[in-house]
Amino acid sequence: MPESYPREHIEDLVDDNLEWSELHNMMSDFKDADRFQQVRDVLQERVDWDDPIVIPYADHLYVVAKSEDRWVIKCDCGHEFCEHDENWKHDALINVRDTEEEYLEIYPEDMHPHPDYMELREYFCPGCQTLLEVTNVMPGYPIIHEFEPDIETFYEDWIGEPIPTPETQSA
Amino acid sequence: MQEEKRKVKTKLENGEGIGWEGQSLREQFEDLEEKTEETGHYAGFEKLSLKDENPIEYEQMFAQLRGELVNARETSKEVAATPIVEQEGELCYGLFTPEGDSIAISTGIIVHIHTMSEAIKYMINHDYEESPGIEPGDIFVNNDTHVGNVHPCDIATLIPIFHEGELIAWAGGVNHVIDTGAVGPGSMNVSQASRFGDGAYYTARKIGEELEIYNSWKNDFPDKTRTPDFLKLDERTRMTGCLMIRDAVNNLIDDYGIEKFKQLSREAIEDGRRGFRSRIQKTMLPGTYRGASFVDALYEGQKNLSRAYASENHLMHAPSELHVREDGSFQVSFEGANKWGWHPYNCTPAAIQGGIWVMLTQTVIPNKLVNDGAYYSCDFHLPEGSWANTQNTETAHAYAWHFLVSAWAPLWQHLSRGYFSRGFREEINSGNANTSNWLQGGGIDQFDKLHAVNSFEAACEGTGARYVDDGEPHAAAIWNPEGDMGDAEVWEMTEPLPFLGRNVKPNTGGAGRRTGGAGFESMRTIKDVSRWLLYEMGNGYMSSDSGLFGGYPAASGYILNAQDTDLKERFENGEDYPQSDLDPESGDFESKIEGEVTRRPEGISTPKEFDDYDMYLNYLRGGSGLGDPLEREPEKVVEDIHDGYVLPRHAKDAYAVVVNKVDDEAKHNSAVQGEWELDEEATEELREERMEEREEKAQPVSEWYEDERLRIRDDEDLIEDVKKTYESSMRMSKQFTEFYCDFWELPDDFRFSLSEDAEKSLENRFKTGMKKKWKNPTKSHETWLGVGRDDEPEVPYTWTSERSIQDLSGPDASFETPSKEPATDDD
Repeated sequence: MPESYPREHIEDLVDDNLEWSELHNMMSDFKDADRFQQVRDVLQERVDWDDPIVIPYADHLYVVAKSEDRWVIKCDCGHEFCEHDENWKHDALINVRDTEEEYLEIYPEDMHPHPDYMELREYFCPGCQTLLEVTNVMPGYPIIHEFEPDIETFYEDWIGEPIPTPETQSA
Repeated sequence: MQEEKRKVKTKLENGEGIGWEGQSLREQFEDLEEKTEETGHYAGFEKLSLKDENPIEYEQMFAQLRGELVNARETSKEVAATPIVEQEGELCYGLFTPEGDSIAISTGIIVHIHTMSEAIKYMINHDYEESPGIEPGDIFVNNDTHVGNVHPCDIATLIPIFHEGELIAWAGGVNHVIDTGAVGPGSMNVSQASRFGDGAYYTARKIGEELEIYNSWKNDFPDKTRTPDFLKLDERTRMTGCLMIRDAVNNLIDDYGIEKFKQLSREAIEDGRRGFRSRIQKTMLPGTYRGASFVDALYEGQKNLSRAYASENHLMHAPSELHVREDGSFQVSFEGANKWGWHPYNCTPAAIQGGIWVMLTQTVIPNKLVNDGAYYSCDFHLPEGSWANTQNTETAHAYAWHFLVSAWAPLWQHLSRGYFSRGFREEINSGNANTSNWLQGGGIDQFDKLHAVNSFEAACEGTGARYVDDGEPHAAAIWNPEGDMGDAEVWEMTEPLPFLGRNVKPNTGGAGRRTGGAGFESMRTIKDVSRWLLYEMGNGYMSSDSGLFGGYPAASGYILNAQDTDLKERFENGEDYPQSDLDPESGDFESKIEGEVTRRPEGISTPKEFDDYDMYLNYLRGGSGLGDPLEREPEKVVEDIHDGYVLPRHAKDAYAVVVNKVDDEAKHNSAVQGEWELDEEATEELREERMEEREEKAQPVSEWYEDERLRIRDDEDLIEDVKKTYESSMRMSKQFTEFYCDFWELPDDFRFSLSEDAEKSLENRFKTGMKKKWKNPTKSHETWLGVGRDDEPEVPYTWTSERSIQDLSGPDASFETPSKEPATDDD
């Protein structure tokens, strides 16, 4: 059990270069204690902007620090959505699949939800048009705010580190 | 045995109980609950002295117990005759404390880690110690969902283990039986409106003593099922396992002494409680995670329903909210869930809690230390009167899994979002498959005997996509991580339903950068039967399995049957006949058979008569996808076509990948799609075009919101079934109503207009009120209503847009006090 994986191994994980056997070993092993910091550092190197990553939020999305007490949700393309505790989807582009014809582009006949009962909401980044989330809900359902991380508790109590700020990043 | 009984008798005559140090079991149980609550540690065990001072011995003892439980399962399943148990391993064993907390469990259907716990607690809380008595050699059975079970076809056997006149543990075993004597054949009939059609319920019943089953049970039990011989062997299976566990415990006590055994039984649970929190703190982020899932149960117009008023459509609404607290414990809420219905998919708390365990053990606790310790780290808010906690003994529960599996789906995603933020990408999974279709039925079989079938091919489904790889195709069901599809030949030995084909089913896994694992299908016919019934069970109009991070949901189900066919003539003439339905749009099936073909997009049908040479498609679902499909490597899409996972036309539509057919003859696995080649240049162009199309076609959410808001405010477009579901949730939950109206900026008195029938249906169910099974709930049941902590809201509902997890940790957090009244017509 590694207490900490070599930096190259974590880079390979982030860059999707690991073999299945290596991934399987990672699943079976006890969890390495510094994974968060290692992955965050690799991701910070991979993005084209300088805002410090506070947490990876979702695929392509990050909570980044704009100042000591202001965090926003940002796409890896550089598009900034909203404050970290707001729902980024409200600032996204949306396409709703709610007809038979639109369903048939993805699913064969009879193997898709009935448009009267369920619609697919596709949320895209306005900056790079990447499809960031698809939700399948009853028509008329409010937009779900899936994740509100408690960043202070995480940093202060769980990993005992200061929350990154632009100042500490450039220091 | 006699010696042990004599010691117990002496204690009772002296006014002592069967608990430790002369306590009654009830006193011991109450003492344990108090100590746990006072100290925040299981049974007050703030120190793990055995583990800390002698860790090797602790591990040896626990490993020995766990090994014996697995051994009991592996050995005893050979006693059973049903492929359900013998092939699929649909059984598990547990060792429980005298108070009913699981210390260790075997592999298998470990959903029952906690259901049997509830059954034991029920017996203690309802004074079984006094009547019918709990003594050495006694045998108890339970399959009552309201006591501690998921659905009645899971039958549990429990035997108490004594040492020197004290009850020191319980051994329990449970397996899925083939028929429960419901109003229709099969273990999970679907046509009943209430408990009275679910089949036989045995409520924590004593069925024997001195390890001999009462004649009254022997003479009664077999006649309550269509498959008595199978059930008798199932019972012997469970007894075999329980006795093996009892012997293992006695051997452990001989080796280490009774005090160490008692110490181990307490410490293992406290260890499990701590281990759960520690794992969560290591792998997730504290905060609030939310999702919602849905599934359909369409009964309008179904034939053979046991009650006319059950002829209506139901949709399950499962708002799922998880708080990961600062101490790593979980708070799970289904506030906003809609009302239960006159269908067999209702759940009890034991079902929901058990269901979540089986899932957590596949991701959070992937080790041997699975026990009720995790239960002591989780609080559940399951609104009383909802489908998730009916608190009404009239409700039907035969296939609680239909709602249960669907309702869990967001929990996978909650965990995966936490894993993603912490960098544990290898643990991320987009979800699970809707575990259907369920092929069930019965009648007079190929041996001219009354028989019932429940094909457990459903133990094999595609799994959700991982972040680091595609989902596993045709792998396992969420409720039995060791399940598989079973050998076709073995199913044919017990089912008069020969296989015409078994194939990977294309496009069943959700599209994505990583695809959901594909499901599969079996084409069955019927042979040598009379008055034979079959039915379908699964999702059809809704997909219960969401994609993650831009991946698409798994495909939903459909029904395909053919009756009054010319299959016999085709066999005799050596003509082609359908072996699959790989592409429902191809017309291939219909071109190879004459007869009355039923092809419908629904997933549920009630029992209908089938005859020789009729046909039935058993389609098992795939898992959901992960990531933007346009990020999938184009070469992988070509592989998907050759492996039979994707139909060629969907390469372009779903993945923007251009492929060209180069040979009609298939050289790869695919049976029908030929050989295909990637056009790299055209793919690159198409993907660029598709990104531009996205920009043109999609609109800002703010614009969409305005249109949508008016549509809802003006009560336009939404169909009756959807409006009825919202109304049901609103009548169940003030919090959901507020959330809904706030979100769409609707007036406070907003209500959807419903038809007279829909109003009547809601009124009928709300008026039914509560008929509770537990006369004396345990302390831990308080979490069904509240959450057991002073600094948190009684109902942890944070769906309002202004509310944040930040509000929860402070003492000033305030939430509106929910109604504690039972759901009646006044609500």
